[in-house]
Amino acid sequence: MTIKGKAYIAGIYEHPTRHAPDKSTAQLHAEVAKGAIEDAGLTKDDIDGYFCAGDAPGGLWPMVDYLGLNTKKLRHIDSTETGGCSYLIHLGHAAEAIAAGKCSVALVTLAGKPRTGPMPPRASGAEADFESAYGATTHNAYGMCAMRHMHDYGTTSEQLAWIKVAASHHAQYNPHAMLKEVVTVEDVLNSPMISDPLHRMDCCVVTDGGGAMIVTTPEIAKSLKKPLVRLIGHGEAAKGPRGGKDLDLTYSAGVWSGPRAFEEAGVTPKDIKYASIYDSFTITVLMQLEDLGFCKKGEGGKFVADGNLISGVGKLPFNTDGGGLCSNHPVNRGGMTKILEAVRQLRGEAHPKVQVKNCDLAIAHGTGGLLGVRHAASTCILERA
Amino acid sequence: MSEAKKYNAPVTNPETAPFWEAAKAGKFMIKRCTTCGEAHYFPRAICPFCFSDKTVWEESSGEATVYTYSLMRKSPTGPYAIAYVTLKEGPSLQTNIVDCDLETVKIGQKVKVVWKPTDGAPLPFFTPA
Repeated sequence: MTIKGKAYIAGIYEHPTRHAPDKSTAQLHAEVAKGAIEDAGLTKDDIDGYFCAGDAPGGLWPMVDYLGLNTKKLRHIDSTETGGCSYLIHLGHAAEAIAAGKCSVALVTLAGKPRTGPMPPRASGAEADFESAYGATTHNAYGMCAMRHMHDYGTTSEQLAWIKVAASHHAQYNPHAMLKEVVTVEDVLNSPMISDPLHRMDCCVVTDGGGAMIVTTPEIAKSLKKPLVRLIGHGEAAKGPRGGKDLDLTYSAGVWSGPRAFEEAGVTPKDIKYASIYDSFTITVLMQLEDLGFCKKGEGGKFVADGNLISGVGKLPFNTDGGGLCSNHPVNRGGMTKILEAVRQLRGEAHPKVQVKNCDLAIAHGTGGLLGVRHAASTCILERA
Repeated sequence: MSEAKKYNAPVTNPETAPFWEAAKAGKFMIKRCTTCGEAHYFPRAICPFCFSDKTVWEESSGEATVYTYSLMRKSPTGPYAIAYVTLKEGPSLQTNIVDCDLETVKIGQKVKVVWKPTDGAPLPFFTPA
């Protein structure tokens, strides 16, 4: 069995806020849910599947109650929690549920306020006593990946900087982007070193906000007014140090999730017209592009340089909303916004300055957790139907 | 600086208690599987490679090589160098490189285990050999 073509994304909504001290987290979930339902042209009572992750206050059942979902109708629930890529996995799981007849209109929500105040600490696993004292953070965990990638493959800070430069070229056209200023390679290299070799401009923004989507059957999607976008391939995977054997921080679980998604979709990286790639840090993008097969392992530095990721300039337009590096990184989780911009591109609703011509095939990919420690990855291949 | 830094005592559990008991005697222990022969860290009762339950404690030399690192320039307790080091016996593990000029840490550098006190068992760190 395959989920290829079995589920369509019929509604999307990205909250325009980047700082919401005047709102509750549950309220933001409700606002993005309302936005996605209205974008689809449906009503709340049409929802019979609900997906959320660890950012939902109290978890899934308090959110079902708070949102007032129709519990006589709601027949599929899933609170898969894999950090930033949770929502990419939710999309895959929603497609599985729809293909199996377990639900027909699934709502997925993400929202939170890390810019207003600190997020609760990540739950630790069996490794806690053996690692918690060493102060692994997002910055230094990704820094360790970048350091080893540079050592093994000669990747440079200048090459990493090109990823931020490309994101900034796109963000200038997004009225909601937190950082709209176009930056240069020199700007990135001159920004303060945070955790070697990552500079401040190698890091994504911290924003309040959220996003939501409606995943539905082909029949329902075709009865609605929005351009048709369907999921044709999905992959998920996880990776960690696994007892410390053959440690290699230069690749991610994307080496497994990517091929699974491409195989199901029956397409290859060279067919992709637009790529949404999780950009918690510049190194995250570079490693994912290699892992997904857009270039060979170790050649990511050359691939991203000289504007190759800039829409209308390079070969692989990426994160045309400005991505997490410049626009939005709600709840420190990038998976949802990756899907939303891919859907905009496939609908032809991206900003005209960054809209990819004849964009009929896109990828949305992300990781969750810490790339340098333990993480999950998920890849979705989306097609304009 | 690192000398002044306070670390929380390990919580410990029945599976890992022998590691922390040995740590109090200055011994750095790893686990080895007698079925597949592979060593691993952090210690598990069941081998993460072949899933055999025939795992035994083994004292590590505490000698290692820096696999990668990142120097965190600012934190509430000052700069620190997080790293993965690869033990002579094979397994790699997460740690901090301490008691040295952090600017001199580099990939491939030889390091050795050093213990830092807590209110319970001490914690293993690594310092240039």
